Amino acid sequence: MTKRIVLRFPSQIVDKPLLYHLVKDFGLMVNVLKANVNPRKEGFMVMELSGETSSYDQGIDFLKKQGVTVEKLAEDIVRDVDRCTHCGHCTSLCPVGALYIIRPSMEVAFDEEKCIVCGLCLKACPVKAIELNFNGR
Amino acid sequence: MGIKRTYDEINEKIKAGKVVVVTAEEVISMVEEQGVQKVAEEVDVVTTGTFGPMCSSGAFFNFGHPKPRIKMQKVWMNGVPAYTGIAAVDAYLGVNELPEYDPLNSNHPGEFRYGGGHVIEDLLLGKKIKFEAIGYGTDCYPRKKIETYITLDDINEATLFNPRNAYQNYNCAVNLSDRTIYTYMGVLKPNLGNAHYCSAGQLSPLLNDPYYRTIGIGTRIFLGGGIGYVAWHGTQHNPCVPRGENGVPLGGAGTIAVIGDLKQMDARWLRGTSFLGYGSTLTVGLGIPIPILDEDMLRFTAVKDEDIFCPIVDYSEAYPQGTGEILGRVSYAQLKSGKIEINGKEVPTAPLSSYPKAREIANILKDWIKQGKFTLTEPVQSLPGADSGIQSKPLKEV
Repeated sequence: MTKRIVLRFPSQIVDKPLLYHLVKDFGLMVNVLKANVNPRKEGFMVMELSGETSSYDQGIDFLKKQGVTVEKLAEDIVRDVDRCTHCGHCTSLCPVGALYIIRPSMEVAFDEEKCIVCGLCLKACPVKAIELNFNGR
Repeated sequence: MGIKRTYDEINEKIKAGKVVVVTAEEVISMVEEQGVQKVAEEVDVVTTGTFGPMCSSGAFFNFGHPKPRIKMQKVWMNGVPAYTGIAAVDAYLGVNELPEYDPLNSNHPGEFRYGGGHVIEDLLLGKKIKFEAIGYGTDCYPRKKIETYITLDDINEATLFNPRNAYQNYNCAVNLSDRTIYTYMGVLKPNLGNAHYCSAGQLSPLLNDPYYRTIGIGTRIFLGGGIGYVAWHGTQHNPCVPRGENGVPLGGAGTIAVIGDLKQMDARWLRGTSFLGYGSTLTVGLGIPIPILDEDMLRFTAVKDEDIFCPIVDYSEAYPQGTGEILGRVSYAQLKSGKIEINGKEVPTAPLSSYPKAREIANILKDWIKQGKFTLTEPVQSLPGADSGIQSKPLKEV
């Protein structure tokens, strides 16, 4: 099985080789998608974790016993309004009209409710004003 | 007869705090309500603006000499190479330039996240830039290598010089093929999936002075948040294209080369820009005041989106192959409505040039003039006009 998960771990355990144990002890395959781990600070990591179901469950148990919070991955698109130049490029690519132009002001607006996180706007935004957010980070 | 004004008279009114300035957007409704003659009597200056990607941009730098001195043969700013075939410690950084380590389009479509335009934006944000240079060593310039970190303040001269800006009208780009294409006009979806355009239309400088009567060499302008000047006609200046009855070109025509001190500019108005699958560039804020010398000038500045037409061009075949074929013409009012019809199909539209930012620039320039901080300059030489006979030529192969 393969799942995308979010790990949060307290500052006391950021120096532990958690990924090593997932791979070595449980035979799991780890693909880190995003991480922010600093000495003496809370750690945050988004990963794709793959392996046999029993090994996967044991690996997750191991993480929880170490004090790691494991959450299901939730992605959302975030638009940096200050960085956005209102060029409008994203609006013709958004398949659901979540990014759209207000007329007649011609300003770009974003309706989070409509967004399906397809990511088309992410790479296309000329000034990189759109980011993918994992579980609020 | 109608009214007549001179630059001197307008500048006297600016200095006296009595000048009447409106934006190219505001003047439209004024003319609709009061007529050309009355508005021309009242208004002294109309301000214009545009904020869009302008690939032919860049900056000249003088970095100063280290000890010992070096003749810089190659220079990199945050890994982006700058052109050094000028003087020993001078270089020109083009906004389309990319780092040598950039994967380009090897993993198509490439992202082009950082280039010369981003270096310029980072400098304006006050960030430290990694500076590297190598030289071959001469008797007067013995040093062969330097690696350091610099800010815009550390650089002696930083002069924005853009050989081609403020395009007078442009194409509306579409894609007739059955695959997505990645162009300087953005990501174009297959089978007429979308249509992109890139002009501020009724707010754009050269569309408000279609025959270059007031915009010429020496015209003082808003450039990148600071003050700049028109230095020359821009590259690809093509003034003899067909025009409508209102004098507005029916496609890409005039361009201007502009210059200004980068140090007094602002990252809000010079933004590093990436086009997926195409490359990097700079989005440039530019605004030009148009003196209302007579009723004709007022009439030109009152041009509306519905009176400005651009050609629709297929970027999957006609544009890359240079066939010159167009699928029709469309007004900016239609483009700004959000959809146009091409070959019987309704196609959603999107701009690449920011209309809200163009409006902001026109308003900033208006405030500068009203506050007496910005006076108008009379061109010392006109740009080649519609009667110049100039024709853009393709490159010959022999």
